[in-house]
Amino acid sequence: MDNLFILLLLPVFGALVLAFVQQAKAARQFALLVSLVSLAFTIPFLVNFVPDASMQFEQRFAWIPSLGIHFHVGIDGISLPLVLLTNGLVPLIILAAFSYDYKGGFYALVLFMQAGLLLVFTALDAFAFYVGWEVALIPIYFICALWGGENRIRVNLKFFIYTFLGSLLMLAAIIYLHLQVPTDDYALSSFYQLALDSSTQRWIFWAFFLAFAIKMPIFPFHTWQPDTYTEAPTAGTMLLAGIMLKMGVYGVIRWLIPVAPLGVAAYGQLALVLCIIGVVYASIIAFKQRDAKRLVAYSSIAHVGLIGAGVFAWNVQGVQGAIIQMVNHGISVVGLFFVLDIVARRLGTRDLAAMGGIAKPAPILAIVFLVIVMGAVGLPLTNGFVGEFLLLLGVYEYGVWYAVFGGLTLILGAVYMLSMYQKVMFGDVNEQTAAFPDIRGSEWLVLAVIVLLIIGIGVYPGPLLNISEAAVAELVDKVGLIGKN
Amino acid sequence: MIELIWLIPLLPLVGFLVNGLGRNVLPKSLVGIIGSGVVLGAFLLSCGVFSMVYSARQAGEAATFTQLIFDWISAGNLHVSLSFLVDPLSAIMLLIVTGIGFLIHIYSTGYMKHDPGFAKFFAFLNLFIFFMLLLVLGSNYIVMFIGWEGVGLCSYLLIGFWFKNSAYASAAKKAFVMNRIGDLGFLIAVFLIFSTFGTLEFAGVFPEAATMPMGDTTLMLITLLLFIAATGKSAQIPLFTWLPDAMAGPTPVSALIHAATMVTAGIYMIARSNILFTLSPITLQVVAAIGICTALLAAAIAITQNDIKKVLAYSTVSQLGYMFLGLGVGAFTGAFFHVLTHAFFKALLFLGAGSVIHAMSNEQDMRSMGGLKKQLPITYLTMLIGTIAIAGIPPLSGFFSKDEILAHAFADNKLLWMLGFIGALFTAFYMFRMLFLTFFGRFRGTAEQASHLHESPASMTVPLIILAVLAAIGGFINVPSALGGGHALADFLSPVFADSVAQTGTFHLDHSTEYILMGVSSLAAVFMAVVAYRQYVSKATIPAADEVSRGLLARLSYRKFYVDEVYDALIVRPLNALSVFLHRVVDKSGIDGVVNGLARSVGESGKGIRLLQSGNVGFYIFMMVIAAVVLLAYGIFNG
Repeated sequence: MDNLFILLLLPVFGALVLAFVQQAKAARQFALLVSLVSLAFTIPFLVNFVPDASMQFEQRFAWIPSLGIHFHVGIDGISLPLVLLTNGLVPLIILAAFSYDYKGGFYALVLFMQAGLLLVFTALDAFAFYVGWEVALIPIYFICALWGGENRIRVNLKFFIYTFLGSLLMLAAIIYLHLQVPTDDYALSSFYQLALDSSTQRWIFWAFFLAFAIKMPIFPFHTWQPDTYTEAPTAGTMLLAGIMLKMGVYGVIRWLIPVAPLGVAAYGQLALVLCIIGVVYASIIAFKQRDAKRLVAYSSIAHVGLIGAGVFAWNVQGVQGAIIQMVNHGISVVGLFFVLDIVARRLGTRDLAAMGGIAKPAPILAIVFLVIVMGAVGLPLTNGFVGEFLLLLGVYEYGVWYAVFGGLTLILGAVYMLSMYQKVMFGDVNEQTAAFPDIRGSEWLVLAVIVLLIIGIGVYPGPLLNISEAAVAELVDKVGLIGKN
Repeated sequence: MIELIWLIPLLPLVGFLVNGLGRNVLPKSLVGIIGSGVVLGAFLLSCGVFSMVYSARQAGEAATFTQLIFDWISAGNLHVSLSFLVDPLSAIMLLIVTGIGFLIHIYSTGYMKHDPGFAKFFAFLNLFIFFMLLLVLGSNYIVMFIGWEGVGLCSYLLIGFWFKNSAYASAAKKAFVMNRIGDLGFLIAVFLIFSTFGTLEFAGVFPEAATMPMGDTTLMLITLLLFIAATGKSAQIPLFTWLPDAMAGPTPVSALIHAATMVTAGIYMIARSNILFTLSPITLQVVAAIGICTALLAAAIAITQNDIKKVLAYSTVSQLGYMFLGLGVGAFTGAFFHVLTHAFFKALLFLGAGSVIHAMSNEQDMRSMGGLKKQLPITYLTMLIGTIAIAGIPPLSGFFSKDEILAHAFADNKLLWMLGFIGALFTAFYMFRMLFLTFFGRFRGTAEQASHLHESPASMTVPLIILAVLAAIGGFINVPSALGGGHALADFLSPVFADSVAQTGTFHLDHSTEYILMGVSSLAAVFMAVVAYRQYVSKATIPAADEVSRGLLARLSYRKFYVDEVYDALIVRPLNALSVFLHRVVDKSGIDGVVNGLARSVGESGKGIRLLQSGNVGFYIFMMVIAAVVLLAYGIFNG
């Protein structure tokens, strides 16, 4: 049952069928079914996984032999949390979209994107990685272009140009690296063995870094993000923020740092500084946002900045923190966007000034939202704390002041998150919010799962940390960064 | 008994879950029974644990017990376990938290009886007890930090309990954010401790630290950072302004969280880490200086406040300042002693104020009170005891604990003693002012309020009476040798502070000096009580209305030295302006402007992209999927 190939193909076949389903109800039910089957197929991987540093469940066959391209995938402790995240979140995202009358095409795109994401997180061949990267990108482009808000075309163009530029640079780097490989293939292991000189590694660093930095996004490559997150339909925003941005972080851990360690030695500190700037910069901008979705978009830049900083600190705590925080951030951000979607759908606006007092008519939503907000500000016994603690500890070991500035997220995050919570939930009700119906049905289900995950991981993070521990320790050990202070 | 430690925090957690989940179905009476019952259970268990610790101490042992629950976070060389530590210090804190907590739960069944959020209130209160117990029981800095931040959450929820009022909701947010500033200090201190000692367990850190030299720079940094954390949680300069605002919460919350327990967490944490502080003389000086400044500033504000809860809030800030003064001059036992007695008399005073507010139909302005001792005799008598206790008049509890701190201050630095003495004068004055304005003279409220005046029900007066007894006699657990006492508390706690005492030696002040100090401060307190009596009873002065112009000093005090306004002008507004600037100018015009310029040039030269906007998208999707499948199939069949 633990055939990785099947796991990757399931959503593709689902998408193929869904492309022809016109009836909305049938489409969403089938999409949910496919995503749940995918999730069920993930369980054997979890059960059979051996928590050591080895690559497991490998599948490899020649794909385009004349070009040295192999379809080579596998899972290790670094991939598995992200595979779990992807297959765990997609059913929630589909369920969260149940209030909209999307036809089969929409769900086909979602599932197709899921396949791309899974390929990115499991690829052991650079070409396969690149294919996954693009396969994940194109559907989300259509989702935003077809179901987005008023400004979707303009915003989408920017999004496309940004990410396309990044992809192009990465493709150039991959082809260059391939040409240096003596065995004439694209294998990750071959890339790892290349001993390129420092100046080559430096431009390789930039080519990969820009692609990943745009995707995450890291300051100052982020300006597509608030617009795109805001204009995209909520399901699209969830896919982008919940899963897709992790492609960038994963790319840094799996490809950038091990392939170009000398480049990282030269520019890693700069990258880390950019990440930390992003934490403070985006947090401060988030203070005064009136559009709830845009506020969370900026908060996401801040959170991802800290994740990036943990990765570039390149020690066990930092990278472990990054991996668990990728999972946590995915859960939290999907929860946040879903709550805001519920509120915006009922009030017809995302303007925080038009909200207020919702805790009174909708106490359950208020509790759920509070738990999600507390997870986002990293309160102990929520998942956010575990990640933030490890990340900051990792960054601290890299340099005290980075941790102090990165740690400002503790304060600034509380400011904007609690301001948002207060504006939505507290105060007196107005005409619109007085009759606000509390959550029900599928909303209840999605949020209950999210709340349980937030508290569950927060109270007992051991099993999740244990998955990646050995793999991270070995990778960090193997790729010692020279010139790190 | 000791293997049941885990049950102590678990009981209130269960109470939180039951009352939280069942808040719509459980009847109020049952909610009250569950909410109070779990805390009573925790209290009984704590008594059992305490008696074990006590007998171990009698047998001359250090009486330290730990219990591992599970390994919480592991990464590389970091191993954090969820584990508990019971020793003399935490044993006493257990009694305070669960004992006073129980009384306040009982009180709340009466005070909150008519509130629609009754069950929610008890759920939050139970959750608070849970986190406070984690804070107290943690055997390492991380478990302490869980509790530390968790009580902050509960404080947030309970300050904003009546969230319909947006000023209350803002007060809640302010409390959380200001505490978070301190929490960052805590977290960085934790990192520094970990990188220095390689562990976060108290049992690993303290013995190691005891071998370090006096004045070690790392220790100084650690302790300064920990002290920043303490200024947040325990409302000291510069992070004290949230506590007066926190009075927006229901009065039992003010008594439990914002007087008796949570706000003393900073003192507990420093007392727990005493060896680190003892070896950092510079930090101790900072602690003492901040403590005495806060004590004076808050007392100077309290003398002109007219809101009965605000007086008590500033009084709390001021008394916490005394505790920090005690810590700063090395009087760890004295500071902790004051935590204990303050918990008795300040909880009593807040609950008494609650009883008054209850009787006055939610009126909190003392200018509308007066003459209440006839209608509220129990409240009056108990509050009188509380007032005498806090004023430092012997033989009530406050006298002994305050005296111990001041005696140490005298031995350390005469100026500190002098300032502390002045603060004590203020304290006696504003407390008796409050008492006289509330209970003496004639009634100044509306006829409507007058017709409703009543003594509170037994659920509220019984806790008052118990606390009054404790406030009266609580001081006898640590009578100084000058008065023929045996320092029972100091002996009990001695293993906790043993390393520090080994560094600094025991404190000595000859008995005649001590008698003089005691005599001076007791007489001064009585004198100030008389001054207040002449002003507010004999002359029957009523504080001026808000709009009346005041002299400079009175205005500074009345307007709380404009600290909030200064913070607003220096921090809040510039940050908000920066937010707008970064968003509009840097982000939109700056960075995005460059990107848009690029995009435009690309857009004009590449018509291909436009196809994506106008083409048949369904067809594209289909092609995309087909292409991918064909590509894969190609691989499979040619592989």
